[in-house]
Amino acid sequence: MTTRRIEITVGIFVALGLAALFMLAIQVSNLGEYRGGDGYEVHAYFNNIGGLKVRAPVTMAGVRVGRVSAITYDAERYQARVSFTISARYDQLPTDTQASIYTAGLLGEQYIALEPGGEDEVLRDGDAILFTQSALVLEELIGRVLVNLTGN
Amino acid sequence: MGPFQRLGRSALGVLERLGRGHLFLLRTLLAMGTLVRRPGLLVRELYSVGVLSLLIIAVSGLFVGMVLGYQGYITLVDFGAAEALGTVVALSLVRELGPVVTALLFAGRAGSALTAEIGLMKATEQLSSMEMMAVDPYKRVIAPRFLAGVISLPLLAAIFSAVGVAGGYFIGVGVLGVDAGAYWSQMQASVDFHEDIMNGVIKSMVFGVVAAWIAVFEGYDATPTSEGVSRATTRTVVHTALAILALDFILTGLMFGDI
Repeated sequence: MTTRRIEITVGIFVALGLAALFMLAIQVSNLGEYRGGDGYEVHAYFNNIGGLKVRAPVTMAGVRVGRVSAITYDAERYQARVSFTISARYDQLPTDTQASIYTAGLLGEQYIALEPGGEDEVLRDGDAILFTQSALVLEELIGRVLVNLTGN
Repeated sequence: MGPFQRLGRSALGVLERLGRGHLFLLRTLLAMGTLVRRPGLLVRELYSVGVLSLLIIAVSGLFVGMVLGYQGYITLVDFGAAEALGTVVALSLVRELGPVVTALLFAGRAGSALTAEIGLMKATEQLSSMEMMAVDPYKRVIAPRFLAGVISLPLLAAIFSAVGVAGGYFIGVGVLGVDAGAYWSQMQASVDFHEDIMNGVIKSMVFGVVAAWIAVFEGYDATPTSEGVSRATTRTVVHTALAILALDFILTGLMFGDI
């Protein structure tokens, strides 16, 4: 086979490999919808985060607006400090927005749902969300039900 | 010869081979500079190592993806979660099966050919005649073949995964009736570019270095007889397979262990 033919087939091979990688990046992974960095970060304190993980979605009216970027334990407040990055497109969140931890589906992953408040001021980079609602822990719920039942 | 002497001799033999292998890798890396001036050597090897492996990789990827589609569906449908099929197929391909199966097939298809070629060059004294003509066989023979393996494997693994995802789509959506939108959206929701795809690419790069290194070293280190070359070829496939599987365990532990 001539050098020309070899070079052409090698070129096709490399292009195919890169195209496959590109297809994996855009079609298979979440890269198409989410680009890190171009957002602002806010944080919130929760009494209990349940099974929330880093990179879990942050939603507003069910639409994903950001992701959890870090979860740490604050030893002074005895609470979990959850930081999340919200896409710069959604910069109209009032300062009294409420953050709740919900579960997607029966066994699904946990996510943060934001509910807007009524203030005119909007959240900026580094701000804290003051109103939070902890994750629902199944054992606690069962315990409460049992107490109610035995109370009657 | 007592049992201790025998044990000691074989242990020293293994150490000596390991040392030779690393010195060989060092000399190969030092000889890499020639390829900048003569990329034609590399292109020719990319053809025989990469392009000629393309068909077996693509066909295997398609079948592995289709089998994952069937098996994933059978397991998931019991939990009413058949829509998560895309996640199962994509994660197993991108994280594990893509890099590992590609590396194993690569060792059988291209690694054995590299070993046999270099071993025969040695047995027919082509390498020593090159040295007689002041042509460095590391620059002319070893380095292009090594680099071709290192470049080809990640590309082949990406093709394997992409074709496999398409195969899973064909079975899951086309044959078993999973919703097409759910297949892709569930996949995109849970496959992370950095965590999953880039870690898979890193894995296949490491496997590429290991598979190419073992293949060219076994060829260069072969006993220059027909029996020696045949044993070296066998060793390439066996050692590469063992090294890949052990390394995969370690890499998986490092990448995905800290949940």
